[in-house]
Amino acid sequence: MDQLLQHLVNTLILGGTYALLGIGLTLIFGIMNVVNFTHGALYTMGAYLMYLAVTALGLGFFLALPAAILGGLLLGAVIEFVLLRPLRGSDIDTTMLVMIGAGIVLQSGTLWIFGGVAKSVPTPFPDAPLHLGPVSVSWLRLFVLGAALALIGLTYALINRTRLGLAMRATFQDHDTAALMGVNVRLIYTATFAIGSSLAAAAGALLGPVYVVFPQMGGLAELKAFAIVILGGLGNITGAAIGGFILALAEELGAGYISSGYRDAMGFLIIIAVLVFRPTGLFARAERIG
Amino acid sequence: MTRLLPLALLAGLALLPLGLDANPYLLNALITTGILTIGAMSLNLLLGFTGQLSLGHIAFFGIGAYVSALTSLGFEVELGFGIRVVHEPWPAALGFLLAVVAAGLCGWLIGRLSFRVRGAYFVIVTISFAEVVRLVALNWVELTQGPLALTGIPALTLGLPGLGSWTLRTKVQNYYLVLAVGTLCYLMIARLVGSRFGRAMRGLKENESLALSVGINATRTLTVAAVISAAMAGAAGSLYAHYLRIIDPDVFLFATTVTMVIMVVGGGKGTLMGPVVGGLVFGLLPVALRPVMAPEAQWIVFGLVLIAILFVMPRGLVPGLAGLLTPRRRGEAPTGSAIQPVEVRS
Amino acid sequence: MTSSAPESPILSVEHVGVRFGGLVAIADLHFDVRPGEIVSLIGPNGAGKTTAFNVMTGFLRPSQGVVRFRGTALTGLQPHEIVRLGLSRTFQRTSVFPDDTVFDNVMIGLHRRTRSRLVDTLLGRDRAAERRLRAEARDLLDRVGLTARADEKAGALAYGEQRLVGVALALATEPAMLLLDEPVSGMNASETRVFVRLIRAIRARGVTILLVEHDMPMVMEVSDRIAVLNYGRLIAQGAPAEIRSDPAVIEAYLGQGSAAREAAMRAASVPTPVPAPMPVPATPETAVAEASHA
Repeated sequence: MDQLLQHLVNTLILGGTYALLGIGLTLIFGIMNVVNFTHGALYTMGAYLMYLAVTALGLGFFLALPAAILGGLLLGAVIEFVLLRPLRGSDIDTTMLVMIGAGIVLQSGTLWIFGGVAKSVPTPFPDAPLHLGPVSVSWLRLFVLGAALALIGLTYALINRTRLGLAMRATFQDHDTAALMGVNVRLIYTATFAIGSSLAAAAGALLGPVYVVFPQMGGLAELKAFAIVILGGLGNITGAAIGGFILALAEELGAGYISSGYRDAMGFLIIIAVLVFRPTGLFARAERIG
Repeated sequence: MTRLLPLALLAGLALLPLGLDANPYLLNALITTGILTIGAMSLNLLLGFTGQLSLGHIAFFGIGAYVSALTSLGFEVELGFGIRVVHEPWPAALGFLLAVVAAGLCGWLIGRLSFRVRGAYFVIVTISFAEVVRLVALNWVELTQGPLALTGIPALTLGLPGLGSWTLRTKVQNYYLVLAVGTLCYLMIARLVGSRFGRAMRGLKENESLALSVGINATRTLTVAAVISAAMAGAAGSLYAHYLRIIDPDVFLFATTVTMVIMVVGGGKGTLMGPVVGGLVFGLLPVALRPVMAPEAQWIVFGLVLIAILFVMPRGLVPGLAGLLTPRRRGEAPTGSAIQPVEVRS
Repeated sequence: MTSSAPESPILSVEHVGVRFGGLVAIADLHFDVRPGEIVSLIGPNGAGKTTAFNVMTGFLRPSQGVVRFRGTALTGLQPHEIVRLGLSRTFQRTSVFPDDTVFDNVMIGLHRRTRSRLVDTLLGRDRAAERRLRAEARDLLDRVGLTARADEKAGALAYGEQRLVGVALALATEPAMLLLDEPVSGMNASETRVFVRLIRAIRARGVTILLVEHDMPMVMEVSDRIAVLNYGRLIAQGAPAEIRSDPAVIEAYLGQGSAAREAAMRAASVPTPVPAPMPVPATPETAVAEASHA
C-alpha cells in the first residue's frame, strides 16, 4: 500500500512533464497538421539550455528555467520560419521527413558540441527529501510538478483567454475560414510551433535536473510524446494532458510491478492497445465524416 | 533506357570486386550498403508504392536478424509455468528462411493492426512496434543475451543436393550473395509493381475512395504489401546477422530506419531504381565523409542532405535527374496541376 | 443483364437517415429505382444528395434504414464489396487516379476482372490475363471516346475529360447499376450534349442509372423519373413534366439563393424536350470522341 502511494506520487510528478510534452506536440499537430519530429530534439535543447544557463551563464536555477523556455520558443519560431513555412501545402509525409532531417541535425549538433558525456544540472534544493507519511519526495521533484502544472495552466489560459488563443482555435477549426476572417494564419502557425516547442523545451529543462542531460535523451521522450498524443487523440489538448498522466501511471506501475526494463515499453503497448480498441484516442468526440 | 540502366548497374556491381582488388574496407562498406539497400527496396514497396510511411521498418530487419541468428545458434529459454523450450542449432540457410517467414508474419500483424487507421497513426504504430521489439531484445537476456550481443553466429552455407555446399566466409562471397538476393528482390518488386496487385497499390495511393469504388480491397492490398515488404526486410536482416556474425539490440535503432528512409526518399520513392541509387549514394556517403569529419558531423550532413533533397528534388534523385535529362516535349501539360472547380457541396 | 423481374426494384432506399452529431444530413429517404430506368436525384445545395450516394455505396453508414440492391441489404458492406454486387459509382470531385495515364487508369479500374494471384504474378503466369485486360481497356476507352488521350496523365486532362475517365472506371467494373455524381458539372453545353448520348448508350446496354445533377435542362432531358430532396427529405418524385410544375419543388428552389433560383427558373422554362425516346444513339462513342478533340 505504501509502495502504491509512492508510485502514485511519482506518477503525478512524471505526468506533469509528460503532459507538457504531449500538449506541445498535439497543439502543433492539431493546428498545423505537422507530425513534429523535432520535438525530442527541442526537449533535449531545453535541458541543455537549462544546463548552460545555470553553469556557464550563472543565471541561477529559477531564472534559468524561463530562459530555457524562451530559448525553445525562439528555436521553434526559427524552425517554423525556415523549414515549415516554405513547405506549406506539401503533403504531411514531406513535412514529416523534413522534420526528421531537422531533428537529426539538432541531435547530432548537440552531440558534436557537448560530447556524449552526460551532464548534471546543479540545483538549489536540499538533498534531503520531504517525508509525507509513508511517501518521500525530493524538493526538486515537487518544484518540477508545481512548475509543470503552472505551465499547463498558462497554456490553457493562453488558448482560452487571449486573442492569440482565439485565433489559434479558429485556425484549428478551419484555417481557410480563419484566413477569410482576417486571422494572419502564417503568424498563427509560427506562434503555434514556437509555443509547442517551448513546451517541449520546458519539459526538458524540468526533467534535465531531475535525471541527467545527454544528447540522446530526446529520442525516447519524443516517442513517449507520440504515445501521449495518440492516447489523447491527435490534436486534443485536454486529451494530451490526461494522456501524460496515464502514461506516467502505466510506466510507474509497469516498472514497479512488472519489470523496470519494460518501463519504456509501456507507452508503446498503450499505443498499440489504443489503436486496437479505440483508434481515435480515448477522448475523441464524434467527428463529422465526408 | 529504363531497362538498360539496371542491367548496366548490375554488370558494374558484378565486376566491381575485381577492380577493388579485394580491398576489405571498401568491400565491407559495399556489403553493408547492399544489405541496407535491400531494406530500402522493401521499405519503398510500402512508402513509395502504397504511400504508407513505415518508420519502424528496422523492426522487421532486426527480427529477421535475431530469428536467423537464434535458429542457427540454438537457445534454451524458460517461458514460465515450468515450460522450457530448448532449440538445437539448425543450418543457417534454414534460419534465413525462418527469418523471412517470421518477419512476414510480423508485417501481417502490423498491417492488420494499423491499416484501419492510416497516415500519422500508421507512422507512430510502426515506430512503437520497433521500440517494443528493441526493448524485448534488450531485456529478454535469457534468449537474446541482451546488451551482451549474440556472438559466434555461423556463416551462411548454401548447398544444392548432389553439387556440394559452400560456406560463405569471405567478403567477396558475401558480396555476391547480397548482390544475388538484392537482384532477386528487385525483380520480384518489378513484377509486383507492374501487375494487377501493383495497380491496386497505385490506385489506393493516388485516390483511395476511387480505388475502393472499383472494387479494390484496401485492407487486403495494404496488408499483403506489408507482408512482402517485411519479409524482404527480414531477409536483409538475416544476411546482416550471418555476415557480421554478431548482433545486439542496437540493430533496432531508429537511426537505421532513418537511413533507409533517406535512401528511398533521396533516390526516388515509388520508382524501381530509386532505392537502389539512393542506397548506393547514401550507403557509401559515410565512406566518403569518414576521412574528413567526425561521425556526429556526418549525421549533420545526412540531415541537411535529406532536407535539401526534399526542398530541391522532392521526388528524389532518379526522377529528378531523369527529368533533367529528357527534354520537355512541347505542349506537354504540367502533371498533377489540373485545375478543378471548387466542389459544390450537396 | 439483371436477374430480377422488371417490376421489382433494382435499388431500394428504405427509410434511410444520416445524422452527424446533431446535424441531420438525411432525415428519412425512401425511394426505389427499377431496372433499366434513368432516375435523377435533385435538390438544392446541402439537400443530402451526395450523402445519399455515400450511403448507397458503403462510404457512410446510415444512422437508420437500409439500402437494398437486387434484394441484398447493403448494411455493413464495405465499398469494394458493394461494387462486386454490381453497383458502381463516380465521384463529384476527384474522378481519376491523377498520376497515371488514362490507359492505366482504366487498367486499375479493371481490377475485379481477373483473379491473378500473387504467385502467378511472381512466376510471370499472368501474361495472358494481362493481354486480355489491355484489350478490354482499349475497348472501354473507345466507348467513352478517350482513345486519343490514352497515354496522357489523367490528372492533366481537362475537367470534362476527367469525368469521362471516371465513367470509364465505373464501367470497367461491369455494373448493373451506375450512380453518377454531378457528371456534367464543369462541362460546356456541347460536351454535356455528348455526355447525355453516352448515358443513353450505357442504359441501352441494360445498365440502370441514378444521377445527381445540378444542370436542370440536362436532368429534364435525360431522366425517366426525378426525385427531389430538400433538407434531407424527399419532397417530390415523378416524371420530369410533373416535377417541373410541382409547387413544393419550385418553393424549395426559390427558398434558396439566387443561383439556385436561376437554376429553377431555367428548369421551369425549358421547352419540353423532343419526345424521341432514343434520339440518334447511332454512334454516341464517335460523337464523344469528336467532342473531346474539340
